Amino acid sequence: MSQQLLDTILKKIEDLSGPDVIEESKLNFDEPFIVMDSDSWNLEMAQMLKADSKLKFDFLCCLTGVDYKDHMEVIYNLYSMELDQYLCIKVKTPRSNPKVISVQPIWKTADWHEREAYDLLGIEFSGHPNLTRILLEDDWVGHPLRKDYTFDKEEMGL
Amino acid sequence: MELKKHGLEEFDPAVVEEVQRNVLITKVEELKAWARTRSFWPVAFGLACCAIEMMATGAARYDLDRFGVIFRASPRHADLMIVAGTVTAKMAPVVKRLYDQMPEPKWVIAMGSCATCGGPYHKAYSVVNGVDKIIPVDVYIPGCPPTPPALLDGIEKLRVQIREEAKGKRRKKVGQRI
Repeated sequence: MSQQLLDTILKKIEDLSGPDVIEESKLNFDEPFIVMDSDSWNLEMAQMLKADSKLKFDFLCCLTGVDYKDHMEVIYNLYSMELDQYLCIKVKTPRSNPKVISVQPIWKTADWHEREAYDLLGIEFSGHPNLTRILLEDDWVGHPLRKDYTFDKEEMGL
Repeated sequence: MELKKHGLEEFDPAVVEEVQRNVLITKVEELKAWARTRSFWPVAFGLACCAIEMMATGAARYDLDRFGVIFRASPRHADLMIVAGTVTAKMAPVVKRLYDQMPEPKWVIAMGSCATCGGPYHKAYSVVNGVDKIIPVDVYIPGCPPTPPALLDGIEKLRVQIREEAKGKRRKKVGQRI
């Protein structure tokens, strides 16, 4: 069942964006899991995942950012309310200039989750209507969840 | 009744006995302290998991109300602030403002290791290492989180402090760095 879903997803993505888009695909804990680069990840693909009658991923459960030291990743956990199926997408982006498209127009969950990833990791989501800090103060310097973030509590007055 | 010893032999022994049973002599300061210690009104706010323990202390089993400790929704009504939880850099100005809004006399209890010194978040980028960096603290309660009996004990410690202060003993005030 899950393998079938994964094959469907891969085929639909290939039809839309051509081959070589997917870097890696597997069943992760029996759920479809795909990895791609931020250059290939675009709004048409997200819209297709949401609108396609076989997929219908209408709910973004969670959006996470990760710093892997040599690159950064944004992870999308999608769920289809109607068809009861899951999909995990990992989008890789270079660490020097982390930039991923914003899926806020498609899934509203992404609004605050993208702001959080921007706030703590400094990943820029192009197309987000209000990409400002959500947890830390507006005048905060740096992005604390980056592996190379350094700070001095004495200096910060804490 | 040794009336002679107290120089009361000229009074009616029945009256003297009545007076000794019903009249108490104290100082106004001590009377005020007695009243204050029997009716702490903490401002109802919590910052993290310690607040859950604080709520448990206020609930039926430990029942803070029986000590006259009644949570008030406005800092204007309150004379005690129980800082229950982690004080973040973003929350610190709010805590300070709440403290400033409370009328005198006012006291502060730092509940748990976060409010005392930062606790497990001692090295975190967003946590103030102890609420005493922003407001003066009277009693520190250790624990992570402190149990309801520990909070009751902390409140009792504050009562002792206030009574001793009324008796004219010097009170140690820690962390006044403003």
